[in-house]
Amino acid sequence: MTLLAVERIKLFSTRSPYWCSALAIVLGVGLTAIIAAASEEQVSLGLTQIGSAQLAIAVVLVMAAIAVTTEYRFNTIRSTFLAVPGRTSALVAKATVVALIAGVLGEIIAFGSVGIAKVISPSSDLAINSAAEWRHVAGVGLVYAIGAVMAVAVGILVRQTAGAVAILLVWQMIAEGLIGIIPKAGIKIQAWLPFTNATHFLTMGADSPEQGGAGIDFKLSQWGSLAYFAGIAIAMLVVALIVAKRRDA
Amino acid sequence: MIEAIGLTKRYGRTVAVDDLSFTVHPGRVTGFLGPNGAGKSTTMRMILGLDRPTAGRVLIDGKPYTELHRPLQTVGALLDAKWVHPNRSARAHLRWLAKSNNLPDSRVDAVLEAVGLTQVAGKNAGGFSLGMSQRLGIAAALLGDPKVLLFDEPVNGLDPEGILWIRTFMQNLAAEGRTVLVSSHLLSEMALTAGELIVIGRGKLITQSTTQEFIDSATGNTVLVRSPQLFKLGPLLVDKGFTVRDGADGALSVSGATSDQIGDIAGANGVVLHELSPQRGSLEEAFMQLTGDAVEYHAEIGK
Repeated sequence: MTLLAVERIKLFSTRSPYWCSALAIVLGVGLTAIIAAASEEQVSLGLTQIGSAQLAIAVVLVMAAIAVTTEYRFNTIRSTFLAVPGRTSALVAKATVVALIAGVLGEIIAFGSVGIAKVISPSSDLAINSAAEWRHVAGVGLVYAIGAVMAVAVGILVRQTAGAVAILLVWQMIAEGLIGIIPKAGIKIQAWLPFTNATHFLTMGADSPEQGGAGIDFKLSQWGSLAYFAGIAIAMLVVALIVAKRRDA
Repeated sequence: MIEAIGLTKRYGRTVAVDDLSFTVHPGRVTGFLGPNGAGKSTTMRMILGLDRPTAGRVLIDGKPYTELHRPLQTVGALLDAKWVHPNRSARAHLRWLAKSNNLPDSRVDAVLEAVGLTQVAGKNAGGFSLGMSQRLGIAAALLGDPKVLLFDEPVNGLDPEGILWIRTFMQNLAAEGRTVLVSSHLLSEMALTAGELIVIGRGKLITQSTTQEFIDSATGNTVLVRSPQLFKLGPLLVDKGFTVRDGADGALSVSGATSDQIGDIAGANGVVLHELSPQRGSLEEAFMQLTGDAVEYHAEIGK
């Protein structure tokens, strides 16, 4: 618990998490607002989450990676390892705090998006009733939290901001989608890619054609996809922790 | 107490620290002296568990650093004053450090007061001058009121006032019975600060001794002799096996003999002496003499 408090003090005593959070909210909720304002027909619940699930997530991943890479950039990671020579507990605490913040941010953006769509387009039916609808909206926080753990792992491994951010953005926004272009094998591979599975978890199925993941032959259930996504994140964190422990700081 | 036993660090084929063994005792400032690139910082990082030794080990009060419970309460270190987030305030920097080792926030205020940074505690550390950064680093080292303190080149780049402040501060810490290890590449600085010296070159231990012994042994005993009868005294000294060279202003420079011995010889032979003065070799000369072969990066000085 002490180390969680330490990481909280560290994170909130600099400005970047505030800026990143504000940017994520503005982008996520803002995109929904623009979509809602531009639509002449009713806005569906699926449309409200494009901003959260496909745009704001990138900012959250960057924020999570920066939380680690700035420590390497300014060598405060060494002060951290002097204070906590076991290293693992300090890094796990950091991943936990960053994941919690990302999760809360995800809920704010997801529900904020639904809210703003309702305000701009009052005639739309945006009630959240079914389990699929709840998963679609409330699930965004879970995806953010797990994605943040992944980003922290990448940050620990790469140790520099530009590299970590490039890897995460290309991976999450471009690479997984491009693999689908490979004839035949592409969609089979995609069924096992982490962010694609995260998207699969969020989809409401046939009700939300706007969401990605269409045409991919997933072998896992939707919750299975989330567990798979989480499993990969934890595996990456474990590798990062082992590397960090062995490496000279 | 810090004990290094056969400490070795290799980076590929480069040996940064080579089978280094030494002991740092409490109650006095121990200088860790060596030319740039001698392996001082690498050794300090290994003492603190940041770098993993290729071989050997180093213990602090009998334990490796990584096994210390709440290490800041045992060891305080200032390796680099710039290891702070530039946009984090000095107080926040110390607060998270304190929290990590279960130290109360009152310690933060206490160490800020001790180094004289209370006025600027709320300011971002990135705006600090080098002197202020050093003070913040020292404040961080003192947080847990540790028995063992390590400082890596603490006076580098400081103005004379800052140097004096740090020197006095370290001596006071040692006088309180703490173990203080300070690295430097400046012997003149260490001669003023340290009571004991660990001298390394190219990662190897050259000597560990008191500062006085180090200077004596390195400079050798030379005595300057002036006399109107040097033509008589010179051969007598050579006969006794001392090395005699011509010194400045027609004097003789005798090494290997004490002034007492030379005075006795002169008296016994009725030689009039005008001057008989032991020469204290300069510290820089002593240092250069010992580490001359061990400097990693040589630059030929025009002769």
